Amino acid sequence: MSKSKSVSLSRSKLPLSGRFVMFFVRHVQHAMTSMGELWRNPISSLMTMLVLGFSLSLPAALQVLVKNAEAITHSWNSAAEISLFIEKQSSDRVMQSLITRIKAYPEVSEVNFIDRDQALAEFQRLSGFGEALSYLDSNPLPAVITVIPTLHYSSPDGARRLLTKLEQESEVSFGRLDIEWLERLQAILNLLERTVLAIATLLVLAVVLVIGNTIRLAIMNRQTEIEVMKLVGATEAFIRRPFLYTGIWYGIIGGILAWLIINILVLYLTSALGELLGLYGSELKMQSLTFSELIQLVLLASFLGWLGSYLSVRQHLKAIEPS
Amino acid sequence: MIQFEQVSKVYSGGQKALSDVSFHLKVGEMAFLTGHSGAGKSTLLKLITVIERANGGRVSINGHDIARVSRAQVPYLRRDIGMIFQSHHLLMNKSVFDNVALPLMIEGFSHGEIRKRVAGALDMVGLYGKERHQPIMLSGGEQQRVGIARAIVNKPPLLLADEPTGNLDPKLSMDILRLFETFNHAGTTVLIATHDLGLIARMKYRTLTLKQGRMLGAQELDPSASVSGER
Repeated sequence: MSKSKSVSLSRSKLPLSGRFVMFFVRHVQHAMTSMGELWRNPISSLMTMLVLGFSLSLPAALQVLVKNAEAITHSWNSAAEISLFIEKQSSDRVMQSLITRIKAYPEVSEVNFIDRDQALAEFQRLSGFGEALSYLDSNPLPAVITVIPTLHYSSPDGARRLLTKLEQESEVSFGRLDIEWLERLQAILNLLERTVLAIATLLVLAVVLVIGNTIRLAIMNRQTEIEVMKLVGATEAFIRRPFLYTGIWYGIIGGILAWLIINILVLYLTSALGELLGLYGSELKMQSLTFSELIQLVLLASFLGWLGSYLSVRQHLKAIEPS
Repeated sequence: MIQFEQVSKVYSGGQKALSDVSFHLKVGEMAFLTGHSGAGKSTLLKLITVIERANGGRVSINGHDIARVSRAQVPYLRRDIGMIFQSHHLLMNKSVFDNVALPLMIEGFSHGEIRKRVAGALDMVGLYGKERHQPIMLSGGEQQRVGIARAIVNKPPLLLADEPTGNLDPKLSMDILRLFETFNHAGTTVLIATHDLGLIARMKYRTLTLKQGRMLGAQELDPSASVSGER
């Protein structure tokens, strides 16, 4: 027994170029045949696809929710308004130059100035002390500059960094940033995002298991066919391929179904959400999945389909041997 | 083509199927394998097709030592062996064409080539023009011939038949055997397992007889008498 003989065993009889072309032709054929198989049993195929669609739509819907929540909080950028209290003895000229300087900050989007008299008037109006304040000898209130950071710096962290920087200005006696609720909101969003991730992971696992089980049943159904194929010299890869394509088709169609379900959900929720946002005086529209997100969803789903069927095929095909 | 050297096979249950079996089937030879049920005929065929592996001795097929053929290489070895079964193992939900084309699809032939070769193989077994039929529409003899067409469609150098005439009447059986003879004349090595002794008697070919897992030497005819196209 020479070595070259056993090497020649793993070679096809066809020439290299022919094998290369036929490789792709076979893949396309297998993909189409697998699609045809699914069409032949429309009811059971559709059941599986719907299960996948629902499983995938839940994490995707949560993703839409997080996306919308983020859009809403971004619209509340005035939340990170910074109030700077100015040293009382600063002259008007000094304050004007301070305002010009602050306006030049790249982190700042808007600056408002409230001079001492305005501040007193406002306090009088809002505090309810009214006339009592006019008995004071001098105005006790400092002038205030309110600074609204740009969108990029309106996060709790960014706003706080800006505040520290602004407090370096010598005319500023101290600054105040009301960010506690903003931080809480951020924490809630983080929690929401993590929940989405955890649920998504569980559902993704469920998708893999559902496809794996469906493929296992398909393998059992075609046991005789697989035995015959093995007897006439089919490689594992050849037998495996139609099942892998079936898994991929399940994933693709499941992903598209999930996308449809989400669009219906968004359509259903839009009016209710519009009412809620109207109460907050917001112009925001509910967002659905974008086209690139649809592509991502379908790609992920088809990968899961492939994975589920690969795991199943790897485990079950070996067990089927001709006897 | 097929060489057994002191081959023995014990199944995992401790059942002894073959012991110390040696024989050599040369390229271009045609032979019968006989014996009672349970004598080890099926086991011997399973060793040739690597469905089972021997516990002792050496099996070599078409120049390949089976012990050195890895699991991944088995499919390529089987492509050189045309197999015909008593229960013909046809795929009942596929057309005659798809059944016969299966080995060619596996090997990756183009569609045009497949059509040509399938038509040729069906012509050879006398089923030309029945491509579109379902196996269920055919008679038992015709189904068996579809199985034969599938076994020869990729022109394997070795043809194995396990009780190919088991369900057929004598006339049909004879037709099938004549068919095997034709392939043999074309250079294919043929081994037919059967317990139909009447059939064997009518044809002058070497006969390998198994009895309780052992090969009987007495009935072995002079190989040179029946060998055609030997080196």
